[in-house]
Amino acid sequence: MLIPAAPATGRDCVKGTMNKISEVVQRARAAFNSGRTRPLQFRIQQLEALRRMIKEREKDIADALAADLHRNEWNAYHDEVVYVLEEIEYVIQNLPEWVMDEPTEKTANTQHDECYIHSEPLGVVLIIGTWNYPFDLTIQPMVGAIAAGNSVVLKPSEVSENTANLLATIIPQYLDKDLFPVINGGIPETTEVLKQRFDHILYTGSPGVGKIVMTAAAKHLTPVTLELGGKSPCYVDKDCDLDLACRRIAWGKYMNSGQTCVAPDYILCDPSIQNQVVEKLKKAVKEFYGEDAKKSPDYGRIINSRHFQRVMGLLEGQKVACGGTGDAATRYIAPTILTDVDPESPVMQEEIFGPIMPIVCVRSLEEAIQFINQREKPLALYVFSQNDRVIKKMIAETSSGGVTVNDVILHISVHSLPFGGVGNSGMGAYHGKHSFVTFSHRRSCLVRSLGKEDAFRGRYPPSLSKMTRH
Amino acid sequence: MDPFEDTLRRLRESFRAGRTRPAEFRVTQLKGLGRFLQENKQLLQEALARDLRKGVFESEVSEFSISQGEINLALRNLKAWMKDEKAAKNLATQLDSAFIRKEPYGLVLIIAPWNYPLNLILVPLVGALAAGNCVVLKPSEISQSTGKVLVEVLPRYLDQSCFAVVLGGPEEAGQLLEHKFDYIFFTGSPRVGKIVMAAAAKHLTPVTLELGGKNPCYVDDDCDPQTVANRVAFFRYFNAGQTCVAPDYVLCSPEMQERLVPALQGAITRFYGEDPRGSPDLGRIISDKHFQRLQGLLGCGRVAVGGQSDGSDRYIAPTVLVDVQETEPVMQEEIFGPILPIVNVRSLDEAIDFINRREKPLALYAFSNSRQVVQQVLQRTSSGGFCGNDGFMHLTLASLPFGGVGASGMGSYHGKFSFDTFSHHRACLLRRPGLEKIYSIRYPPYSLRNLRVLLMAMETRSCTLL
Repeated sequence: MLIPAAPATGRDCVKGTMNKISEVVQRARAAFNSGRTRPLQFRIQQLEALRRMIKEREKDIADALAADLHRNEWNAYHDEVVYVLEEIEYVIQNLPEWVMDEPTEKTANTQHDECYIHSEPLGVVLIIGTWNYPFDLTIQPMVGAIAAGNSVVLKPSEVSENTANLLATIIPQYLDKDLFPVINGGIPETTEVLKQRFDHILYTGSPGVGKIVMTAAAKHLTPVTLELGGKSPCYVDKDCDLDLACRRIAWGKYMNSGQTCVAPDYILCDPSIQNQVVEKLKKAVKEFYGEDAKKSPDYGRIINSRHFQRVMGLLEGQKVACGGTGDAATRYIAPTILTDVDPESPVMQEEIFGPIMPIVCVRSLEEAIQFINQREKPLALYVFSQNDRVIKKMIAETSSGGVTVNDVILHISVHSLPFGGVGNSGMGAYHGKHSFVTFSHRRSCLVRSLGKEDAFRGRYPPSLSKMTRH
Repeated sequence: MDPFEDTLRRLRESFRAGRTRPAEFRVTQLKGLGRFLQENKQLLQEALARDLRKGVFESEVSEFSISQGEINLALRNLKAWMKDEKAAKNLATQLDSAFIRKEPYGLVLIIAPWNYPLNLILVPLVGALAAGNCVVLKPSEISQSTGKVLVEVLPRYLDQSCFAVVLGGPEEAGQLLEHKFDYIFFTGSPRVGKIVMAAAAKHLTPVTLELGGKNPCYVDDDCDPQTVANRVAFFRYFNAGQTCVAPDYVLCSPEMQERLVPALQGAITRFYGEDPRGSPDLGRIISDKHFQRLQGLLGCGRVAVGGQSDGSDRYIAPTVLVDVQETEPVMQEEIFGPILPIVNVRSLDEAIDFINRREKPLALYAFSNSRQVVQQVLQRTSSGGFCGNDGFMHLTLASLPFGGVGASGMGSYHGKFSFDTFSHHRACLLRRPGLEKIYSIRYPPYSLRNLRVLLMAMETRSCTLL
């Protein structure tokens, strides 16, 4: 079901779209109530169709990502599409096991009963996508929601317009049209969607909008999973392989031109190694993107002018050790490194979401930990060290959605690890079985027989106290 | 002046200082909680009697034993629960260490209701303490006597730098909710649940909401009416019906109704005597406001059993109503009292449609000799929990998560589920240094050959770890 974004003019047109939104959601609910998402076979069929869609429309997907974010065919696949395919594969393989009832431990009183947890779909799930990995961050959650037997309403981000339009076209061509509608549009349409009643909402985006989504969900007592963001710190210990560390950090930072929610946002290190860190980061950047990253087919662009201006603005008053230039016409910002950054400056106040790496100097591990703990809990935390004590302490004394040690980003690629935030960086998690659990209701069941009533008489009144009185 | 500012700041500082992290500290708190129950049993029993006329038997079974059981379970399993959970790896991460670290959230708020004023505050508290959080407890002001014991006596048994009890009504609760917490656990009505969630949204605070609804009780024609009546009556009139998981109404055929009503009368008489008012095992309604509400419901349909009431001690007789219409008040709100309406349906399908037209309840019951019928009800409906052929036994198993779905709530607890509810599950991946040659195929400049190798490494099919 294709719902185009409302045009700028025409009140009737906008109203028409709004009515359509509630109709679409109601149709999805009716489709869910028909019961056709329940059988395992149906869910697997839909997931296989999704996989076929991705394989058959690979080029269209890559083109959309190229138009939205200047991705090329290879990095579109490698940084985004492959994760979705992996997830589908993993889910199809394991779903037959996940849907089974889980027997649980019994008590003395329930030895002869059946006690188990029965997983059920929640109903109609809303997934609000975002623009930085517009394909993965909309479809990967969808995989879990379908696996759990739900109907899924998708609301892709209007900022990554090409991907949004593509999804609205191809999804209905491969999946059940009533169960899996795509609704496109901007703020008015999203607001209207949020007025509808859903059984779970998964939102990926900013903390500010996360609060709006949760407030809307509260009106219907709808549970939410909020995948938000923050400034993910990257602590580089004096005792580590700096070449390795800087290569990996550069890889994670500059991919997608820094527009990754789990990118290392800023570096914390001792002033004595700052220069080396800069040199080695520069070396890695050159290795990856050549002398002039603008010419590299592997280097992305900023999503739109607004974000371009915002990110460039963060450079003001900073010491630029590398990069620091941009081209508004193509929304290109060079891989940039800032040194001796003041923690109070704007670049350290908001999630950067761009190819700028500030280095903040700290004189000890304790100072780094304190620095991190004074701020909101981030989505990811990174520590590079060869010293187990340092690693243990950093993890034990901070909190974050997830952690990768001696690398970046990769904790989100392990299926058995939940992907989610904490505090300001979010609530709930998904990926792999965690998705299945997030989008299911785990219903406690106890089934006994109507016989053996004598065994239960002891619990009924009159209680002992009354009997002893007589 | 904000009355809670200082308390909350003190608790936050203690959390930041790491006081609640060591297992030893948590064990001390849990043991303290256990001693609170043991040393003040008489005091608490008297408070429960004053609040709800809760008898010794009911108090033991539904307040003391359950709470003590959870404390013991947590003490036995704390070390195991606190351990990092190993996670399966794929080929690309074979040499690494992947695990889930359980961390406390920080400052937790637990808001409890009045119907099981000890159980419903202590059991969540066990989970929050075990998980290493600092906790603010807000007992219900309606169960005044129990609340008084909690605020005056409980703090002596716990570390007061990490733990506080605050009393107050809706206004104080509202003030409290303006502050930021790292987790909020609320038990109460859906109406207030929405208010709590909206307040939590302002701070992006995750919540568990244990709410309510009308718990349907389907009684099939194929069953023994007396056995069913015993079980339904026991769970309906327990705590004078003031139980969130009590069977709220019965769905059965007119033929079954004819057999069930006298059987219910028989059960009630056997349990509470000819004049239930004289039974020490029957509780009273918590407040005048609720008493009047319930008295009003006695006018719905037709009284088949009971129907008496007395405002002077807020007594309502164990009552069964028949000829009840769906539109009447007794079928519109959660009853929360010793009144059981029977609604007639002509078939299992009609019963299931009836149930599915309404909000998802916290519990759902089906009575039948036929296993297929019980399974049908289970498969074709949804609810927080389900019990076939009995009342709310399912919540006596700590191995089953206790919680709602839809309007009856979100999240769950009991046993390990409590510990997990009050913990942040932090995904951790520790990469081994070295092997950079292998890992470097992910770097730009991208090439088709590298892509193929990488895809093979990420493939999880060949991973047989764990």
